Amino acid sequence: MPAPIRLRELIRTIRTARTQAEEREMIQKECAAIRSSFREEDNTYRCRNVAKLLYMHMLGYPAHFGQLECLKLIASQKFTDKRIGYLGAMLLLDERQDVHLLMTNCIKNDLNHSTQYVQGLALCTLGCMGSSEMCRDLAGEVEKLLKTSNSYLRKKAALCAVHVIRKVPELMEMFLPATKNLLSEKNHGVLHTSVVLLTEMCERSPDMLAHFRKLVPQLVRILKNLIMSGYSPEHDVSGISDPFLQVRILRLLRILGRNDDDSSEAMNDILAQVATNTETSKNVGNAILYETVLTIMDIKSESGLRVLAINILGRFLLNNDKNIRYVALTSLLKTVQTDHNAVQRHRSTIVDCLKDLDVSIKRRAMELSFALVNGNNIRGMMKELLYFLDSCDPEFKADCASGVFLAAEKYAPSKRWHIDTIMRVLTTAGSYVRDDAVPNLIQLITNSVEMHSYTVQRLYKALLEDISQQPLVQVASWCIGEYGDLLVSGHCEEEEPIQVSEDEVLDILEGVLVSNLSSSVTRGYSLTAIMKLSTRFSSSVNRIKKVVSIYGSSIDVELQQRAVEYNALFKKYDHMRSALLERMPIMEKSTTNGPTDIVQTNGEAEPSVLENKHITGGHQPASQANDLLDLLGGSNVLPVIQTAASTKPASAGGELLDLLGDLTLSGGPVTVPTAPLSVSQTPFLLDGLGPQPLFNDVTAGIPPMTAYNKNGLKIDFTFERSNTNPNIAVITIHASNSMDAEMTDFVFQAAVPKTFQLQLLSPSSNIVPALNTGTVTQVIKVLNPQKQQLRMRIKLTYMHKGSSIQDLAEVNNFPAQSWQ
Amino acid sequence: MQFMLLFSRQGKLRLQKWYVPLSDKEKKKITRELVQTVLARKPKMCSFLEWRDLKIVYKRYASLYFCCAIEDQDNELITLEIIHRYVELLDKYFGSVCELDIIFNFEKAYFILDEFLLGGEAQETSKKNVLKAIEQADLLQEVRMTCCEQWGEI
Repeated sequence: MPAPIRLRELIRTIRTARTQAEEREMIQKECAAIRSSFREEDNTYRCRNVAKLLYMHMLGYPAHFGQLECLKLIASQKFTDKRIGYLGAMLLLDERQDVHLLMTNCIKNDLNHSTQYVQGLALCTLGCMGSSEMCRDLAGEVEKLLKTSNSYLRKKAALCAVHVIRKVPELMEMFLPATKNLLSEKNHGVLHTSVVLLTEMCERSPDMLAHFRKLVPQLVRILKNLIMSGYSPEHDVSGISDPFLQVRILRLLRILGRNDDDSSEAMNDILAQVATNTETSKNVGNAILYETVLTIMDIKSESGLRVLAINILGRFLLNNDKNIRYVALTSLLKTVQTDHNAVQRHRSTIVDCLKDLDVSIKRRAMELSFALVNGNNIRGMMKELLYFLDSCDPEFKADCASGVFLAAEKYAPSKRWHIDTIMRVLTTAGSYVRDDAVPNLIQLITNSVEMHSYTVQRLYKALLEDISQQPLVQVASWCIGEYGDLLVSGHCEEEEPIQVSEDEVLDILEGVLVSNLSSSVTRGYSLTAIMKLSTRFSSSVNRIKKVVSIYGSSIDVELQQRAVEYNALFKKYDHMRSALLERMPIMEKSTTNGPTDIVQTNGEAEPSVLENKHITGGHQPASQANDLLDLLGGSNVLPVIQTAASTKPASAGGELLDLLGDLTLSGGPVTVPTAPLSVSQTPFLLDGLGPQPLFNDVTAGIPPMTAYNKNGLKIDFTFERSNTNPNIAVITIHASNSMDAEMTDFVFQAAVPKTFQLQLLSPSSNIVPALNTGTVTQVIKVLNPQKQQLRMRIKLTYMHKGSSIQDLAEVNNFPAQSWQ
Repeated sequence: MQFMLLFSRQGKLRLQKWYVPLSDKEKKKITRELVQTVLARKPKMCSFLEWRDLKIVYKRYASLYFCCAIEDQDNELITLEIIHRYVELLDKYFGSVCELDIIFNFEKAYFILDEFLLGGEAQETSKKNVLKAIEQADLLQEVRMTCCEQWGEI
């Protein structure tokens, strides 16, 4: 059998392969040869074969069949074998395979070998890839070697101990005695690895940390020697003596000085010394300064030292080396919360970093800039940040836009500035703005009452230029729909008013509606805006009607539904249209510190689009099967209503419309609807919904009544008259359950004859607890302008003991006082 | 340090040292992704990048990229010095080292690395001492080989 080819020969051959397929073929051939060689238990060339296998493994080919061979090599007495064997073990084996445990005995023997280089191999392998079982078995050997006087072995043993501790933390204690005089070593290798070991122990155990605090003076001394001593050729790097050791010591000092005044004080001087004396022209000096700054910021250092540290970071920011700038920005980001003022001093340098070419630096500069914005620098900072927003990569735009909005909201010096800033963001980065920004912006705009005409004018002009950025188009559509009257009026305080006609405005909105660029949501905004303009524009009703009717057959279901509902508004409920489409009230902002007026103006205008929800109130289904009056979905906007516990909008009312058929009234009273309720009437219904509590006017004794009592469910009505409108009866239903199981998904619905109007507010809950332990309450308001006898049909649905129950009933026993 | 990778401008792996236990598949995946990310970097960019939850420090020497993955508390700037020290060691050992040296003598590159770092940390900060140890070990290899050529396995 010819000798297997040499390693270098193989490498040369494989590199001549011109294609992947050719390479694969060569590899396969060689692997076959190696396999048969392994099978023959060839000792002489095992080493060579494994080495070749390792090369092929690096190219990406499987080499698992060589694992056992590595073990055999490790067990060999030849140094070459051991060298390759251990290398192979580190590359091919890992702790997931049981095979690796077979190594343990070999390593143990080699740890006690007479040749230090063999011992070194064993320590290296154990410290690199030893599993927890191996570490447990061999910790004792490592500990022994930690105490040896041979510095070559001692340094390796220290790092091996670090690995053991990471794998088996419980064993940490056993290394404690051996650490006693580690720092008295002169050998830098030992010193370095000892500091690493001590660091590991202190990080893992507060007891160890307390124990090792006493080493601070010694560490300070060593560091001092390194700095003060003259040139040492062995450890010199660009004029600095052993920077690796300096950095490690500084890191250990950081851990020891944290939260400890005495230790921090003991290291104060040396830190100041390192900070001021270290040469900064090369990376190596800056590496030490960087570590020093981190330490100063983390321990209980005096303020002078902290300022010194921040100034070092400030200088870093001006360094030509981008690595240094990067590191400075990262550190400043960490300290900006605690040392805000000191960092502020470097604001202009930080802002300059926004123009850096490197992506990571830009990102950090951006984050830091936002952290530094305050009431004093808002104008200047925002200018820079907006400029950045214009020119930055798309990956930044969303974050930057959000940051700008937040900062503007917190520190805006004036409303106009705020609106202008928003406009700028929308027009330059409009498509990157987050979805939740749209409702927030709308809320902001409504609250800036005096800026409405300015805002709508600017938004209109922006739309003229570009309708591709959805958030911009959405906000603009909403505003135009809301303030279109201001737009065509030709008045504007803040800037030169533009002259625009109703048709032009409608052109733009219709343009959005038909454009391919507009998303479905945007189209919805636009259609609604057009609809709203029907009450704000005087001469365009027909045009709007036409648009609305067209979309009644749109493929987009959302759009279709809205169009159909608006159509119905024109046809059947025209009398209510202006009330429904009135100006939006100022919205309360629940979270941040925006304006908090809850001003309830008259009229229930369109329900807010704060959550981009379906417009629920005031829409009628296409089927006109019933004449029941709508339930205006006002409850979710009015925070004052006490009864509503759930947040369900009054879509419950919406369902009602389909379910209850026409009410036929037996007996006399006139049922023919008179002239449609004039516009002024609807507000009455809502007058009672003012900021005052509804029920402070308890009119004397309208007696309560039981409206329904069947199958354990009892519904009582209690009455109040509204304090503002005598025609409104306010009824509270109380539902109680005498059965032994609770009723869930309880829904109460009511319908009244045509001459009445009804409003149902949200119920307190939809679970009626068993055995009369609690009630569900709900408020109904009935407007009875003709003072007719009150009659009601109610429908109840609930789940009880797993089955669904429904019932209809008529309520005719209203006390006379409730409607007279 | 969690791992160190050396690769060429074409993305060919020349050395891989892992200090954390990972399956072969995971190692391959990480290598592939990281190599792609680093090779995509432009020359003007800084030597650091965030990747997954690690900090990556890389530097190009001639046609080879030296890439280290360090943890949050590690000092990026000193890691650059560690990389530089390793290159210096290779340079001294091979005499003006180039990529080919590392290709044809990869096992030696590993031996040198293992005398410089252990478990991801520097074990010897003196260039001289590292080179001396390698020299001695190499001698041991030769001596044993010349006089024990036919030594059979026990």
